[in-house]
Amino acid sequence: MTTRHASPPGTPSPGQADTAGAQVRDVGFTYPARSRRSSPLHAVDDVTFSVAEHEIVALVGPSGCGKTTLLELVCGLQEPETGRVRAAPAVLMPQRDLLLPWLDALDNAALALRIHGAGRDEARERAQPLFTAFGLQGFEHARPHELSGGMRQRVAFLRTLLSGKPLLCLDEPFGALDAITRAEMRDWLAGALAGEPRTTLLVTHDVEEAAVLADRIVVLSPRPARVEAVLEVPLPRPRRVTDPALMAIREQALDALRR
Amino acid sequence: MIGALLILLVLGGAWEAYARLGNVDDFILPAPSQVGQALWDDRTLLWHNLLVTAQEVALGILVALVLGAALAIAIHLSPVLRRSLYPLLVGSQAVPIVVVAPLLIVWFGFGITPKLAIIALVCFFPVVVTTLDALAAVDPEQRKLLRTLDASRRQELRWVEIPAALPGALAGAKIAVAVAVIGAVFAEYAGSSEGLGNVILQAIPQLETARAYAAVALLAALAIILFSLLALAERLLVPWARPDPERSRA
Repeated sequence: MTTRHASPPGTPSPGQADTAGAQVRDVGFTYPARSRRSSPLHAVDDVTFSVAEHEIVALVGPSGCGKTTLLELVCGLQEPETGRVRAAPAVLMPQRDLLLPWLDALDNAALALRIHGAGRDEARERAQPLFTAFGLQGFEHARPHELSGGMRQRVAFLRTLLSGKPLLCLDEPFGALDAITRAEMRDWLAGALAGEPRTTLLVTHDVEEAAVLADRIVVLSPRPARVEAVLEVPLPRPRRVTDPALMAIREQALDALRR
Repeated sequence: MIGALLILLVLGGAWEAYARLGNVDDFILPAPSQVGQALWDDRTLLWHNLLVTAQEVALGILVALVLGAALAIAIHLSPVLRRSLYPLLVGSQAVPIVVVAPLLIVWFGFGITPKLAIIALVCFFPVVVTTLDALAAVDPEQRKLLRTLDASRRQELRWVEIPAALPGALAGAKIAVAVAVIGAVFAEYAGSSEGLGNVILQAIPQLETARAYAAVALLAALAIILFSLLALAERLLVPWARPDPERSRA
């Protein structure tokens, strides 16, 4: 686990620590002005939350509220301006699948293995079992543009898993899909995470998605992001969207969002 | 293809009529029939020289492709090079080849080397520009993603930027084909013992204008063939650059 403080750039982060989770404490972040005419963008204001090992935490908030910035802070792509981020090595699954069009589906899934030095055959062999488990068999040699939106997201999720990092940061993973595929993929992800538990930080603006997937929902305010409410979701899995208890939590979250 | 032949037929007919009925001397403008006759009569001479020029042009474009892509990547990686070298590259394109060609002949002799240098000089610039455009179009999110997968800068280049630059480099080479052929003729004019430019150079003072036009026809055909070969290379090497239109419409 590494710690990132609001510190001068270039300061080395303290090394590995105990758990596979993340703690975000009193974190603030402002994007500098892009030009003389624009003003700095205050994205995150004093946010505190944590993710325990093998816990799934959903960050829910209105569009453009600074959720993605929080993920980038946890992934170490940005340094906090104020406060502190302690996080296990984290991997980002962006909203768009960003599959490389020059690689076939299996090579895309195995990309992290290649980056870590595995040869092509070895990487493909190691990715194959999960590829099959994710219902992608037969599409190993397909190019990304030949896959459906749902399949592309599955390949992207597999690429994220195979990075081997303990913390998954999913940024609206189904935001680009149509409603039906989105519901299918949500249930599929619930199953995948049940079968292969990982510490997961999920950003979404879909309260129902958060309630189906997460152990805890952190509701954020409009920009600059502040924590409005933290809701526990103590429901057994697999969950059904029609479950009255789940619908009650969904209502609570929506109330917090409207505040 | 049939359309191109039809256009050629109509233009050729008009040309034939003008050359026969108009008051033009044969050595100023030969009729297409005379050019065809020259193509047949001088076929051994023309074929030999076509092969010489074809080799120069093909190798010259290859040199331009490799150098241009390498320069583009260097400029892409280094803001210093972008500020210092890029404007000079633009300036280099304004240098008339006829002025520097004799110098290149002095340096490299009468062999193929000065021809390659001249062809590469007129061809590398479109490659640099289109490759830089392709590199600039790389999605910054894509590189961010690679960073969270622990990729080094070199690995970002290998997995994202170089594959993204390839279609750009090939597009530049396609643009360069036409100037490459003209460059080869200039190079042969500056000093050569063979090649289609050399054929033209000798045919015109001998008033063998039909033969010169026959050489021009072959140069045009050469450009068309090289362009088609590059389009084929594009389809084979970078199939992702042209996704199936049926799918991308969906």
